[in-house]
Amino acid sequence: MIAFAVIALLILASASLAMCLRNLVHSVLLLVANWAGIAVFYLWAGAEFVAFAQLLVYVGAVSMLSLFAVLLTRRSFHDLDIIPESVSRATWALLTAGAVAGVLIGTILGSPFGNVTEAAPAVSMRQLGEELAGTHVAGLLVVGIILTVALLGGVVIASKDKEDKS
Amino acid sequence: MSATNDAFLETFPVTLRDAATNWLPAPWNWLAQGLIAVVAVLAIFGSLFAILTLVERKALGRVQNRPGPNRTGLPYTARLPWLKFTEGKIFGLGQPMADGIKMLTKEDIVPREADQVLHFIAPVAMLAMSLMTFAVIPFGRNLVPVELDASVLYFFAAGAATELAVFMAGWGSRNKFALLAAMRALAQLISYELPLILSFVPVVMIAGSLSTVGIVAAQSSWHWGFIPHWYVLTPWGFAGFLIFMVSALAESNRSPFDLPEAESELIAGHLTEYSGFKYALFFMAEYLGMTALSGMAVTLFLGGWNAPLPFLQFIPSYVWFAVKLLTLLMGFIWIRATLPRLRMDQLMHLSWKFLVPLCLVNLANTTVWHLTASLPLAVRWLLCAVIIVAPFTLIGRSLTKGVAPRTYRYAE
Repeated sequence: MIAFAVIALLILASASLAMCLRNLVHSVLLLVANWAGIAVFYLWAGAEFVAFAQLLVYVGAVSMLSLFAVLLTRRSFHDLDIIPESVSRATWALLTAGAVAGVLIGTILGSPFGNVTEAAPAVSMRQLGEELAGTHVAGLLVVGIILTVALLGGVVIASKDKEDKS
Repeated sequence: MSATNDAFLETFPVTLRDAATNWLPAPWNWLAQGLIAVVAVLAIFGSLFAILTLVERKALGRVQNRPGPNRTGLPYTARLPWLKFTEGKIFGLGQPMADGIKMLTKEDIVPREADQVLHFIAPVAMLAMSLMTFAVIPFGRNLVPVELDASVLYFFAAGAATELAVFMAGWGSRNKFALLAAMRALAQLISYELPLILSFVPVVMIAGSLSTVGIVAAQSSWHWGFIPHWYVLTPWGFAGFLIFMVSALAESNRSPFDLPEAESELIAGHLTEYSGFKYALFFMAEYLGMTALSGMAVTLFLGGWNAPLPFLQFIPSYVWFAVKLLTLLMGFIWIRATLPRLRMDQLMHLSWKFLVPLCLVNLANTTVWHLTASLPLAVRWLLCAVIIVAPFTLIGRSLTKGVAPRTYRYAE
């Protein structure tokens, strides 16, 4: 339980710090720390495969994506305004955020967490793979096709520059 | 097999560890065993790093027809009668120590405008991540620090985090050369991560396991008693091994892919603003990363700690692992001495237009190998060899069209 508290603290602290900092690159790096914290949580919960996949995908790849996105936006961190543009906007933002938080907290508090007494089922990597590539193969293929289409779309959008020049 | 399993030398490291920790109560026993594994990895691969820097400089020297470092000796060795002829220089063996002391005593300069925190974290994170990858490599029978179900995935997850360290170093230095070079380094690391990961997927497919221990166990038998079951000896395994080694060269920023540093062209890339021991940490991380990737290549393709022939099993497994690892490392050094550096566009073309398509073909090839298990071995081998060699030739020809073979007009 102490381990869980430490992990939760790490996740929450990095997330809240990431929102408070004015330097965007620092925020992204803290967000990466947050993702790593979530991977640690998966590890704590016994989901080894998900934890390493989370590290490989988020800390390895998505972090690069966000960093490049931040670096390619031209504004330097000195002239970033964090003052809301108008009072009504700030009010609406607070209201929306409060509503989302209310729904989330309500759901968490409302869902029954029974006391699980039997040991968690030990799922081996082999079982996981067989489930994924056997029982749920249709879903896997659909996700693969959607991602491929997205990738092709990205290539099409990116390659338009050349035609404009010629 | 059972005789070799119980041989004294084979079990010696484990026996030693157990003798040191068995008197402790249960939870402490487990902790002490883990700590001993950590200390052993740090000590062995730390000293291997020191020796490797010397060996590399010596070997590069020999290739370039010069002696390499041969002056730095160790104190008092001249008094030993059997070393008297070296006059205390002992072939430059003291060089790593001198280098270490030099790095430790150099001034640590941090630019005033640099991001102090990131500038400090970058080398530490880099080294920590390279060290973490050693946790899952089986160095011998029963000699794996942490046995995980998904250890191959763990290895590459820990390795992927080094990209972040490179970014932190480049951005945190607040230096335009460092930032630009870090971007180039990231482009290279991301591009070669793909073939690196795709090249070992066939091994996972055939071995049916993501655990390094399981993969080594799947390679521990012999065809007709003398041809080892190593994956490098199958067509897809051979192709995968070559792609893995090329990508490993690029991932560890080694020549001919050392564009991020390119000491003769750029300043030093993302290391421009680093001095003293922080630079040494980056240097150490490069060598440790190279060693870890070689260790993974040995595990995935070269049969891990298995002996090449059955009657050679009397030699302990960790010795075989060390022999294979050192051979690969010498290969890295040899390549550095031989090949010129690639250009940035050539680097990108090699990865995206050549290695990635070949990896995908190799995946299909592995499926063919898996499904034709009923065919005689020779037929199966030839079929799969054709499936991978044909695209290799075709893609290679089309990529080098008009460029190769090079013709020499004036130099004859």
